[in-house]
Amino acid sequence: MSLLKVNDLKVHYPILGGFFHTVIDHVRAVDGVSFELRPGETYGLVGESGCGKTTIGRAIIGLNKATSGEINFNGTDLTQLSRGQRRQYTKDIQMIFQDPYSSLNARKRVLDIVAEPIRNFERLSSEEERKRVQFVIERVGLNPEIIYKYPHEFSGGQRQRIGIARALMLNPKLIIADEPVSALDVSVQAQVLNFMQDIQKEFNLTYLFISHDLGIIRHMCDRMGIMYRGRFVEEGTSEDIYNEPQHIYTKRLIAAIPELETANRKEKTHIRNQIAEEYRQTKHQFFDKDGRVFSLKKISDTHSVAMQ
Amino acid sequence: MGNPVLKIRNLSVSFKIKDYHYPAVDDVTLTINEDEVLAIVGESGCGKSALALSIMGLHPKGRTKIDGEINYQDQNILRLNDASLNKVRGNEIAMIFQDPLTALNPLVRIGKQIEESMKYHTNFSASQRKKRALELLGKVGIPYVKRVYAQYPHELSGGMRQRVVIAIALACNPKVLIADEPTTALDVTIQAQILDLMKTLQEDTMAGIILITHDLGVVAEMADRVAVMYAGQIVEIADVDTILKKPLHPYTRSLLNSIPSKMSNKSRLHVIEGVVPTIQNLKRNGCRFAPRIKWIGGSEHQENPLLEEVEPDHWVRCSCYRNFYFPKGKTGEKHDVLT
Repeated sequence: MSLLKVNDLKVHYPILGGFFHTVIDHVRAVDGVSFELRPGETYGLVGESGCGKTTIGRAIIGLNKATSGEINFNGTDLTQLSRGQRRQYTKDIQMIFQDPYSSLNARKRVLDIVAEPIRNFERLSSEEERKRVQFVIERVGLNPEIIYKYPHEFSGGQRQRIGIARALMLNPKLIIADEPVSALDVSVQAQVLNFMQDIQKEFNLTYLFISHDLGIIRHMCDRMGIMYRGRFVEEGTSEDIYNEPQHIYTKRLIAAIPELETANRKEKTHIRNQIAEEYRQTKHQFFDKDGRVFSLKKISDTHSVAMQ
Repeated sequence: MGNPVLKIRNLSVSFKIKDYHYPAVDDVTLTINEDEVLAIVGESGCGKSALALSIMGLHPKGRTKIDGEINYQDQNILRLNDASLNKVRGNEIAMIFQDPLTALNPLVRIGKQIEESMKYHTNFSASQRKKRALELLGKVGIPYVKRVYAQYPHELSGGMRQRVVIAIALACNPKVLIADEPTTALDVTIQAQILDLMKTLQEDTMAGIILITHDLGVVAEMADRVAVMYAGQIVEIADVDTILKKPLHPYTRSLLNSIPSKMSNKSRLHVIEGVVPTIQNLKRNGCRFAPRIKWIGGSEHQENPLLEEVEPDHWVRCSCYRNFYFPKGKTGEKHDVLT
């Protein structure tokens, strides 16, 4: 039984133009994506900027409207629900945003920031509310006395933890983490990643982890999908993707990761050039005439590749 | 590796905050050689960018105090007046900025922006400048050079913009190139292309490159030598293999242990306790990294740690590296891969 099942999801944005300012075409930000998340796992969405990974996250949580397709959460299709009905389900889905400097309201105290989700759903006395907030704040490793402070008084890593505390407030089942560490320094990055692994066990969370950093995805995720231009090019476990990449785009992406190894520097450049050459020659096997990625095909139990 | 092109001696850069000058760069001594990439690494707030901006003379005059020497071709460029400094910077010492979107003027066509420095530093005619600009665009790997020459920055992608920024820096064949986080704003595949490009361009120009970054992956790809900075000081300096394989200073080792690597699949990452102190709160005597490695006893640290040459060309600050270990359990998170 999967927790979340996304089926042929499409998010298109209209392009207006012409004399009457009518719809002349669509930007296919997400163009037919299917995947599922099992309870307790971490699923990675990887791709370059503009490939549609963030749009998928936002469509699941309801910040973008899906053009077509299904988003089944615990057996209910979220796309068919009205705003009001949806609230009951989306309570279980929370989001951690990329930039801890802009995702916390600078004029609110930590208490108000973290309590906001619960104020939307439950009526608590201020005493109870404060206790709940302090419990969660303590769980994310901050001092419970800080709830009367303002966001500017914290460092980047602490802010990101306040953002995580806010996401944990309603005891969610699924957390969508959109580039949760890319705005942070390496040492702080480690702190937040470790911490996300801890609370995953403790609260039995499922993560949809969106990132462009393949090193971090490898460290965090059990399975992952590689995206290119709104479609999946490859899906599989980390072993599948990193040890036996099949799609030419995945190969290119993996060759581009800088390694902490100086010995084979020349070789690495050589491999990159080779793959760029292979890309030119074998392009037609992976992309159709319009440059669209083919549909995924299973090559093993866990591993699917978009090939002709 | 060739002759030294830029020598920095005892450089300190202090910022004035409430009537008092706090040094952000504290007594840094460095030499950059021809045809060499010297990487400067550290967390944000370590003084990497303050160091780079002082070489370019870009700190605001009223609020900064700069001591020491930066010697370029036997003249101390810190003592030059604006007119003579302008002859050097943008010409023989050039800079690549971090964010290509803000480094370019949105209202000026690409071609004109590349030609700007040639206007000041060469006596090329307009047609010679255009020829050179087109040649540079080709060199940095831009297709359709004629079209891009007449375009505005917003019409180009991030990677293309960074190529233009590099072309601008290369316009006058600099001897020293300062690259401040040149690929941080870019995607991984574009990052790889830009790094490869910088490598090939260096082969042509023989320039000395100062690469400022916090990404140790980029360091491994590009650098010949690495200087690790913490709280305004250099704590370790050596060639790139030594820094990555046999680092000595606790800070260097902690940094290396905190990044997810191939080996550390799913295991815990090392977390460096605490944060980089702000320049106002920084204790200036003793080992500056000591508050972040509390499990190491005070007697391990030196009172006035200086850079010492522990092996040929491998310099380390403070004696605390000798008996340093990562604690097991909660704080250390991960066993030291080196011991």
